Amino acid sequence: MTNVSQGPLPPGTEAPDFRLACAPGRTLGRSDLQGRPSVLVFYPADWSPVCSDQMPLYQQVKPLFDHFEAQIVGISVDGAWCHKAFAEHRNIQYPLLADFEPKGAVSRAFGAYRDNEGISERALFVLDADSTIRWSYVSPIDVNPGADGILHALEEMTGQRVAP
Amino acid sequence: MSSTTWQSSLTMPVVPGRDHVRGRIDAPATMVEYGDYECPFCRMAFDVVEEIVDELGDNLLFVYRHFPLSTVHPHAVTAAEAAEAAGAQGRFWDMHRLLYADQQHLGGQALMDRAQALGLATDRFVDDLRAHVHAEKVETDFLSGVRSGVNGTPTLFINGRRHDGPADRASLLRALR
Repeated sequence: MTNVSQGPLPPGTEAPDFRLACAPGRTLGRSDLQGRPSVLVFYPADWSPVCSDQMPLYQQVKPLFDHFEAQIVGISVDGAWCHKAFAEHRNIQYPLLADFEPKGAVSRAFGAYRDNEGISERALFVLDADSTIRWSYVSPIDVNPGADGILHALEEMTGQRVAP
Repeated sequence: MSSTTWQSSLTMPVVPGRDHVRGRIDAPATMVEYGDYECPFCRMAFDVVEEIVDELGDNLLFVYRHFPLSTVHPHAVTAAEAAEAAGAQGRFWDMHRLLYADQQHLGGQALMDRAQALGLATDRFVDDLRAHVHAEKVETDFLSGVRSGVNGTPTLFINGRRHDGPADRASLLRALR
């Protein structure tokens, strides 16, 4: 049995509607993101080793995303309390969404779920202000994709460039 | 499987006057490392890189650029500026080694101790750090890393392409061939 998902939703597709816990007792959904570009970062789990971890990397890079007025959210199947502890530990200040119940439903809708393992793919989606997917990419599960693809997609989408 | 493919590659070319380089400029292979002085994985990579640089000699151009993860490593940026300040006095690589030699001590006094140990003009060293003379160089390194697809520290680019495999000596030598 293979673990191949059908692939991430391609550019041109409308992002599926969703609403997930972004903190214990609070939710964030697609409608909250509308009006500005968004970067959705699906990832397998909180608590990967620090120096190679995507979430602190994107926090470090966030000023560049801000330049495009792009908002960033992380999504994994971890619960809201796990996200809260993880965000505090790694000083992550953008929302981490809990694709917890039903487990992986939003990840599945985006074509970014690994059914056999019950975790999200390491998948990136760049959405425009109308929630249309403009770029998507699935990285090998053990490779942090970095921020270059995201920046390139934001530049293509907005016509702006970030130096250097 | 992915709807787009992506290969992360070095976007800012190596410039010897600006970059810190070892080996020959026209070597057949290049390796660019983006590192963070407070990162334990970079500490481990330091040993491997030193071996490889020694072993390959003129057959390798090695470049070190800064990628301080300041959100998780509070001393990383200042340590990078300290390396640059030492570099302004011609002692980048010596300071680079001293920084990785003792990651537990990267505070202000520890940086001063290293500057003194290297015989640097300490007034100038301190002024450079206070005025953040080298902050722009560190920031430019960092931004070039982001654009190139640096995905953590250390990130190595071998012959311009991000190396996603293991970073042990044998794997790197294989990739450099």
